[in-house]
Amino acid sequence: MILIENVSLSYRDVPILRGIDLALPKGGITALVGPNGAGKSSLLSLVARLQPLQTGCISVDGMPVDTTPSRTLAQRLAILRQDGIVASRLTVRELIGFGRFPHHQGRPGALDLALVDAALDQFDLAALSDRFIDTLSGGQRQRALVAMTFCQGTDYLLLDEPLNNLDMFHARQLMRSLRRIADEAARTAIIVLHDINQAAAYADRIVAMRDGRVIVDGPPAAVLTEENMEAVFGYRIRIEQIAGKPFLMHHL
Amino acid sequence: MIDRKPRWTNWTIGLAVGLGSALLFCLSLAVGADDLVFARLFDDPATVQLFLASRLPRTLAAMLTGAGLAIAGLIMQTLARNRFVEPATAGTAQSAALGILIATLLFPAATLATKTLIASVAALTGTSVFLMTAHRLPPTQPYLVPLFGLVYGGVIGAIVTFVGWQADLLQFLDIWTSGEFSGVVRGRYELLWGAAAMIVLAWWVADRLTVVSLGREISVGLGLSYQRTLQLGLVIVSVIAALTVVIVGIIPFVGLVVPNVVSRIMGDNLRGTIPWVAGCGAFLVLGCDLLGRLLRYPYEIPVATVMGVVGGLLFLRLMFMRSAHG
Repeated sequence: MILIENVSLSYRDVPILRGIDLALPKGGITALVGPNGAGKSSLLSLVARLQPLQTGCISVDGMPVDTTPSRTLAQRLAILRQDGIVASRLTVRELIGFGRFPHHQGRPGALDLALVDAALDQFDLAALSDRFIDTLSGGQRQRALVAMTFCQGTDYLLLDEPLNNLDMFHARQLMRSLRRIADEAARTAIIVLHDINQAAAYADRIVAMRDGRVIVDGPPAAVLTEENMEAVFGYRIRIEQIAGKPFLMHHL
Repeated sequence: MIDRKPRWTNWTIGLAVGLGSALLFCLSLAVGADDLVFARLFDDPATVQLFLASRLPRTLAAMLTGAGLAIAGLIMQTLARNRFVEPATAGTAQSAALGILIATLLFPAATLATKTLIASVAALTGTSVFLMTAHRLPPTQPYLVPLFGLVYGGVIGAIVTFVGWQADLLQFLDIWTSGEFSGVVRGRYELLWGAAAMIVLAWWVADRLTVVSLGREISVGLGLSYQRTLQLGLVIVSVIAALTVVIVGIIPFVGLVVPNVVSRIMGDNLRGTIPWVAGCGAFLVLGCDLLGRLLRYPYEIPVATVMGVVGGLLFLRLMFMRSAHG
């Protein structure tokens, strides 16, 4: 379980997060939604100890993120940031292989190599495995970074806008992969999504944020109402039921 | 731009560099103001003396320096996440020269090892300041980092010149700052084996350095101690730079050109590329030293001058290849 207690954050007196309390039990997909600047990415990077906590505390399976050895956490929790700029000329296979680094510290075993092969297949990257990542398209590179994060094999996956640059086919495939590891392997995904209909279709729980606060939190059917969405996004969105899921006509 | 990692590179390049180096190695042993005939090594003590006291040390020094500088450049580029920096242009070598100057002024009787130690500390300080500043520059402007490095190195170089002038040490300064191997004899180069030790250390921690090249956030996400690895890389760069400045002087371009060529062909996975960067660096510096010995035979052109021309041309070629392929 990821436990977030009374977490606030500010940069130069500009508040980013204001007293966040969240308990995210193990298993399932939680989607973080909200307008730009709501604090979603900042919250993820605090959980993943990418920046220091200012107030409050965060723990993963009882381990406080600010005092637990980084390597121990890296075996439990993986993060994909949204601005995944990789300037190094690594091949796709080498990059994904570094996802196993927390487990082998540079000396990969047979299991590590097998997991890399599996990730290459799972994300349609086998044909690109020897390509240098600086020569790939944005979507292909994004898939390689997602595959690297998956390959880390952690119980908790934090993904910040993983659907960036992905075409419809690969976006759907990624959401289905997340669903599968949540259902079959009881792994936990916490994922920042801008496509709210993906959240409606695949998430078990939606946490909607605005101005550094959690506005609503619950299963998709309860969160995705016209009143809630207006409170979060600031305009009226028509919501239909399609194929048994709420469908937001947010573009109209 | 090569977009796919070629499968043939490992053994083909290895064979070419290996054969080329072996050839240069033998040539370098043979070429000098005095003739050295290999056949006489077995019966002529003077030939043996020439071989052991001058030719072999000089050849080994050139190869160690080349390998070391290329690795120092590679690691500096990895740490700065910028392909256009190297110790000779970004303040490391100049800081090392400042260290030697200080050592000479304060402890005139200091041994070579002590001077190297002080130069290493100075290089470490100078490079840390460079790196801290480089990490603050906007990543959207990759040319700011080498530009800042040039200015920074220039300022430290100017301080060195000023202090040297005031202390009437300009002639010594010239010896430290323009790299050449003609003064290398037995007993005056052995410290350079320290550079070999640093290369082994770099290879030992190669995976950690590659992770660092992916940036702070990915490094932390993978549970790597980012700061500690940065510091370790800085120590490797500084020790190599200090050793080479103390013993041979500043040689430009090696640390810039060699890692760029290797990265272009084989990528940036340091576990695989460190041996080739070291090998190609050794090959390049030995080749340039040999060229300097042959061009005006029996006189010599300093290796730094030859490297300035050869390295500069190679670098220009790299730049034009880059722009032609986007």
